[in-house]
Amino acid sequence: MDPVAVTIFVALFAFVTLLGFGAARWRRGDLDHLHEWGLGGRRFGTLVTWFLLGGDLYTAYTFVAVPALMFGAGAVGFFAVPYTVLVYPILFAVFPKLWAVAHEKGYVTAADVVRGRFDSRMLALAVALTGIVATMPYIALQLVGMEVVIAGLGIPMTMTVGGVAVPDAPLLIAFVVLAAYTYNSGLRAPAMIAVVKDALLYITVLAAVIVIPAELGGYAKIFASVDAKSLLLAPAAPGNFGAQSAYATLALGSALALLLYPHSVTGLLSASSVKAVKRNAVILPAYSFALGLIALLGFMAVAAGVKSLPEFASGFKAFGNNFAVPALFLHSFPAWFVGIAFAAIAIGALVPAAIMSIACANLFTRNIYKEFIAPNASHKAESQVAKITSLVVKLGALFFIIELPTQYAIQLQLLGGIWIIQTLPAVFLGLYLRRLNPIALLIGWAAGIGSGTWMAAQSAFKTSTYALHLFGLTVPCYAALSSLVLNVAVALALSLVLGSKRQATHSAA
Amino acid sequence: MNEPAPKRRARLSWLLLLLPFAAMLWVPFYNRIEPAFLGIPFFYWYQLLWIPLGALVLLPAYLGDRR
Repeated sequence: MDPVAVTIFVALFAFVTLLGFGAARWRRGDLDHLHEWGLGGRRFGTLVTWFLLGGDLYTAYTFVAVPALMFGAGAVGFFAVPYTVLVYPILFAVFPKLWAVAHEKGYVTAADVVRGRFDSRMLALAVALTGIVATMPYIALQLVGMEVVIAGLGIPMTMTVGGVAVPDAPLLIAFVVLAAYTYNSGLRAPAMIAVVKDALLYITVLAAVIVIPAELGGYAKIFASVDAKSLLLAPAAPGNFGAQSAYATLALGSALALLLYPHSVTGLLSASSVKAVKRNAVILPAYSFALGLIALLGFMAVAAGVKSLPEFASGFKAFGNNFAVPALFLHSFPAWFVGIAFAAIAIGALVPAAIMSIACANLFTRNIYKEFIAPNASHKAESQVAKITSLVVKLGALFFIIELPTQYAIQLQLLGGIWIIQTLPAVFLGLYLRRLNPIALLIGWAAGIGSGTWMAAQSAFKTSTYALHLFGLTVPCYAALSSLVLNVAVALALSLVLGSKRQATHSAA
Repeated sequence: MNEPAPKRRARLSWLLLLLPFAAMLWVPFYNRIEPAFLGIPFFYWYQLLWIPLGALVLLPAYLGDRR
């Protein structure tokens, strides 16, 4: 345990905790209203939205897992780059309209929008439940990112408090603190903390891509040290597209799925105007660039040979390739900078975890509690239910990561991507195609969830790609995308058969 | 057919949004080492280059219907 690194790490953590509580007073609003607590009063301008979404979409887990995949598997891990390139044209095309509808009608969640458009409680419930279930394992994985850097600092995971040994004590402390200020300040807390997190992140990335290649003898040497077979995707064999179709479909499917996750919708609906949303589609790729550079850290870890260094053996044993980047930082940076870099990752876990739990809370409150349990709930009761739900969601994630093998969270998150994309016809296509029938959409949703889950089950949930056999060709495809195609086909075909259920009172927004 | 010029220009600027999809989804085009740039294989620098290009292609549509 290095005292300098730990001191800087703990000090930065304490600083953002203060910010989190103080955020309740920022752009003050009545936190007894759900749109104030859960959407920051829809008052975030272009810049705050940029920080918020940057902290939200590019999670700590992404920053650990993407270079880990590059470190272990090579070129395949770089799919994160085409994935984030494709996110923004989609965001630009769809979200200004979604924002405008939500703003006009006072909607807080994607399920609210579906409820209003199709006048169907069950379809809205399906969208809300999918969102909550897909997000929970994602929150749990944020803890993995935090766990890895805490272990990297050498902080003992089991602490003795008053004579009692408490396992996972640092994680417990971090999560209690996170839960407390999210409860207190709502979406304002992660928005404010995101500014600090992003500043630390950019400093870390900039230092890493300048200092580490200089130590290792330049980029040419780094790429030369990577096994030639992992440097590119395996070329297509006759009759089999192989890794290349898996790569392309993973990129496209992940881009579509990302924007349907509740934390993305919450972040975008909290923007103050359509203009702020559009501007962010243009400026958010700055984070993609950081992510692309971070992905390359996986290769730098290969070049530095961290896996064979005895001081990192225990870390790799506990966390596998997820330890590659922390090991690289410990190997290449002075202690004080390790403190900053690790704080960037740990704080980077807090921001998305907070926004995800708020987004789940919004969904539960609006589309389950108010819809099915207490239709006459006051604004204050609504806000109170959301606050408590955000606590429950985080406790669930904490329990998950402490009590169950990490592998379960990873597999569930993989399934989460396949599930959340099935809400695309109701949420996105519903904005444009007025003739869609809610029952047809519900059946399409079920067909997508069923077929997607089945495809993932064929590999025992180890991979999300499933080889389709089309016209004598073998096409490995991301299960989320192939099941979405089935979902859309079913929804469109059945809508033609069943006809539109729309009532005259629901004029187009 | 005889649409006013601004409307046609707006349509064209929306078509630009399809460019990143073509560039990123046709993987065989960029799954190669050469031409390398500063020792970085084509596969990597091509995809990294598309991050700023992807932002640039949004600009005409953004400026076109600024309200």
